[in-house]
Amino acid sequence: MSSAVILKVENLKKYFPIRAGVFRKVIAWVKAVDGVSFEVLGGESLGIVGESGCGKSTLGMTILRLYEPTEGKIFFNGQEISGLPFARLRPIRKDMQMIFQDPFSSLNPRMSIGAIIEEGMAVHGMYSPRERSSKVQEILERVGLSGNYARRYPHEFSGGQRQRIGIARAIALCPRLIIADEAVSSLDVSIRSQILNLMSELKEEYNLTYLFISHDLAVVKQICDRVLVMYLGKIVEIAGKKDLFSRPLHPYTVALVSAVPVPDPDYKVDRIILKGDVPSPINPPSGCRFHPRCPVVQDICREVEPSLREIQEGRWVACHFPGSLGLKRTKEVGVEC
Amino acid sequence: MKRETRRLLKKFFSNFSACLGFVLLVFFFIVAVGAPYIAPPKSARDPYMMPIVTWSSNPLPPSPEHPFGVAGKRDIFYGVVWGTRTAFRIGIIVTVVSTLIGLAVGSIAGYFGKLVDEILMRITDIFMAIPFLVAAIVLATILGAGLDKVIIALIVFSWMYSARLVRGNILQVKEEQFVMAARALGVSDFMIILRHVLPNSIFPVLIQASMRMGSLVITAAALSFLGIGAPQGYADWGALLNYARNWMMGSQGEALRYWYMTVFPGVAMVLFVLAWNLVGDALRDVFDPRLRM
Repeated sequence: MSSAVILKVENLKKYFPIRAGVFRKVIAWVKAVDGVSFEVLGGESLGIVGESGCGKSTLGMTILRLYEPTEGKIFFNGQEISGLPFARLRPIRKDMQMIFQDPFSSLNPRMSIGAIIEEGMAVHGMYSPRERSSKVQEILERVGLSGNYARRYPHEFSGGQRQRIGIARAIALCPRLIIADEAVSSLDVSIRSQILNLMSELKEEYNLTYLFISHDLAVVKQICDRVLVMYLGKIVEIAGKKDLFSRPLHPYTVALVSAVPVPDPDYKVDRIILKGDVPSPINPPSGCRFHPRCPVVQDICREVEPSLREIQEGRWVACHFPGSLGLKRTKEVGVEC
Repeated sequence: MKRETRRLLKKFFSNFSACLGFVLLVFFFIVAVGAPYIAPPKSARDPYMMPIVTWSSNPLPPSPEHPFGVAGKRDIFYGVVWGTRTAFRIGIIVTVVSTLIGLAVGSIAGYFGKLVDEILMRITDIFMAIPFLVAAIVLATILGAGLDKVIIALIVFSWMYSARLVRGNILQVKEEQFVMAARALGVSDFMIILRHVLPNSIFPVLIQASMRMGSLVITAAALSFLGIGAPQGYADWGALLNYARNWMMGSQGEALRYWYMTVFPGVAMVLFVLAWNLVGDALRDVFDPRLRM
């Protein structure tokens, strides 16, 4: 595992305008991603978790410049890509790929599987046309599909198979970084673990780095080394997987972790149920964005926004009182059967 | 794709009205192609000019020599047969060119959005605000007589409908994740439109084009009926009806005396429009994803 920084994001913001009226004047901004900074090390899997609508997917899309960042910088492999014109961005795209959430919408229904997988290789001039078709077969087989599926069309496949095709399309370019945006959320549980296993195998084989976006902590726990927790467009906590699940520091993370079912009947976790909904990203709360729902809120939280501080080696929290809410696990004395 | 195509064809021909439309189209096509054999031109002059067969300006009823009768000194049968070619020519040229213009305008507006979209759509609105027939009459009059002028006038005022349709479809397809995926792969905008967006949004446009083919022929005939468009004596269904203008009311006590002047070109026109509409309808059914099995 190499530990050089492969992706660095600095104060990234993505605001979407809300327009109204005849002249389409901007009346408000949706602050989907609002000042996010983090680093991804080569070879690791970084999980990004958070509720629906907290800006996880927007963050992924903005890093790939599928959305233009409103502010902030993105460095890939030491090179700034946030201001780069599209023509110069193209060769870099080869090294960063995406696996999409919806396996039904992410494959063009009018292209054969072979054409879908080959397209990227053709754009980047990889291999000769003849080599490409054998390469397609090879990749299809690698993701667990038959090589002669290349001539078939997406509607002939199931969700899990389609997701394998989506993965094949991404790895066909031999990228270094793959952003997986809810890659397994739409699959049922048995298929989900197959796909996760496939992704872990491919990671070793192709020496990949994953940015794994998910709302499912169980999935993140299975595949990631480090976890980044987002709330309303901001990072609230970054920690190693072990630390995060055993001793979460931010009250929001505590609530999330407490909701993960533990497959041990002897264990009892006090679930922390958050009140209310995620506030609107158009008009986020003052001070700490989490304060209206925080069970241990103090006066300062309503006024002063906590910054993301490194409180331990590799452990970042944006809270005035980290650790004030603990995870309570009690081991009940089980009745022997 | 072969299997898919075969399935679509099977579905198309299992529909009675689709078959009827298709048969009619084939019939018109044969008539158009075989015009020199069905109604051989008398002289070496332009075969599209209907030859003058009598010196009396009174219409003559159908006879063995002139099976559809004579109007305006000219043989109606000859006019109907050669007029089929004119109908196809107007329909195909206008539909193809206006659909291509609509595709270009609509896909640029839909794909790039923002200011480009705003400008192109306002231009489209301006064209749509002018009543079609009136605008076509004015433009055809300004440009002068001739079939090509009619074709230009019709193109200028009919591309907006496909532009609108294309734009709407593209706005929908653009949000699909496979377009995002193509952008992430580094595919250029032009290739994304060509390979990903258009193939998934073009079928409604083709269907609409086939429906429009029929109505355009009616409009062209209306212009000819008004005396704008095809020059005097040109084989065109609308021009034939123009000859009938003064005789439509029949004569004293015999309202239907000159029926042949309107019925033959009229029936040809109705069947032509019907054929295209039936085919268009059937295509819509075949490609409707909700009816897919």
